Amino acid sequence: MVDNQHPMIRVKNLCKSFGAKTVLNGVDLEVAEGESVVIIGGSGTGKSVLIKCIQGLLTPDSGTIEINGENVIGMKTADRERVNSQIGMLFQAAALFDSLPVWENVAFGLLSEKRATRSEARDIAIQKLALVGLDAKLADVSPADLSGGMQKRVGLARAIASDPEILFFDEPTTGLDPIMADVINNLIVAVNQKVGATALTITHDMQSAKKIGDRVAMLYQGKIVWAGPAEDVDNSGNPYIDQFIHGRIEGPIQTAVRA
Amino acid sequence: MNFLQTVGRVFLGFLAAAGRLSIFTISAVGHCLRPPFYFRIIGKQMIEIGYYSLPVVGLTAVFAGMVLALQSYTGFARFSAEGAIANVVVLSITRELGPVLAGLMVAGRIGAAMAAEIGTMRVTEQIDALTTLSTNPMKYLVAPRLIAGFTMMPLLVLVADIIGVFGGYLVAVHKLGFNPSNYIQNTMNFLEFSDVFSGLVKASVFGFIVTLMGCYHGYHSKGGAQGVGMATTNAVVSASILILCSDYVLTEIFFSK
Repeated sequence: MVDNQHPMIRVKNLCKSFGAKTVLNGVDLEVAEGESVVIIGGSGTGKSVLIKCIQGLLTPDSGTIEINGENVIGMKTADRERVNSQIGMLFQAAALFDSLPVWENVAFGLLSEKRATRSEARDIAIQKLALVGLDAKLADVSPADLSGGMQKRVGLARAIASDPEILFFDEPTTGLDPIMADVINNLIVAVNQKVGATALTITHDMQSAKKIGDRVAMLYQGKIVWAGPAEDVDNSGNPYIDQFIHGRIEGPIQTAVRA
Repeated sequence: MNFLQTVGRVFLGFLAAAGRLSIFTISAVGHCLRPPFYFRIIGKQMIEIGYYSLPVVGLTAVFAGMVLALQSYTGFARFSAEGAIANVVVLSITRELGPVLAGLMVAGRIGAAMAAEIGTMRVTEQIDALTTLSTNPMKYLVAPRLIAGFTMMPLLVLVADIIGVFGGYLVAVHKLGFNPSNYIQNTMNFLEFSDVFSGLVKASVFGFIVTLMGCYHGYHSKGGAQGVGMATTNAVVSASILILCSDYVLTEIFFSK
């Protein structure tokens, strides 16, 4: 299933602490080309920290991260930017630039890498907006005037605008109503198929995880405690997974509820 | 022992903050000098700092000039030296009050806005988003603001100087009964190029300080709305203090020449 010769993303023994608090404690993860992996786990288990380490927004304490066969830790800024230009990211709260209209948000990566002139970029932006089901009329609107679901869609259009090889989704359905969440899930699946990108999603929404993911990995106390095909999640026989998907308080996972 | 611990912790905290600020400053200045330049954003910031600050800086300057003429009249009349008023007004405005008052007003107007904007971008992950879109946030957000700050402040202060001197003229001529042409003659006679120039150098430094503080505190803000509020306060307070401190240092340098 995982092509060990050339995984798109390979994380080995990754550790990251903030002061005395250890967040990642030896994470191993591989994502093959074209595969969609979903990382699940409770709030505060380090899902976001993991994804930020892979993107280079945080520097891990130890361990290695390879993207497309290249070790990205300690990379020079220029090389890092080259690697990042292959990566698209959908942020949890969309993180749209509110000083720019929608189309410039979508085309931001294209413009900053000078891959297109402004008028070309605008055309591409409108195409990408259509891909996520948004009308061209919205191109000149300010992101602040859009609803949460629409902002997520614009964020998705921005993530795919420069045809990246890798897509990251940070809790794509959080804060959306169930119908809009399903719309976003379907869009992600469609987009993944369309651009053929490798995808890494973090979420705690199990429905979303099963829909988006080929493979699911569960993060708990800084380690991957279970990883397997998405269809095996319901009968994994793993006590952590069972407790998590059924949302029980009793089980091996000690949540902050008692702390 | 506890007392020593507290002192040590405060001192270490201070050193850490000074180090962070130094690294930030060096990195920011480096990005100001190296391409690519975001001319569109530099232009936008220049208009924001230079043009939209004109009303508030102009008002400050005109009243400063007026009150200066009035106060120095009160003082100089006691030993019949009213003739020196024009001189006092123009020197105080160009060397001191123009740059300092404009700097403080711009700190309140621009420094606060920058800290709030960049701080909000930080807490809503927009700065992370910039990085993932292969854009260096220091280059995209900080460098254009610094460039706009230290280039526009001298122009702003030049206008403030003229308005301030005009404020003094208004009071001297219409309230204190000076002869208009004599007053202008006196103003011009004593004014040297170095007076104006030293004021403009100060203005440039103050512009740098205000934008640097706004960007630094915004960039390092954390913890949601409260953090952004704190960043804004810190930006204005630290910029104001640094303006007044560096004003003394710069004056000392200009005096010793």
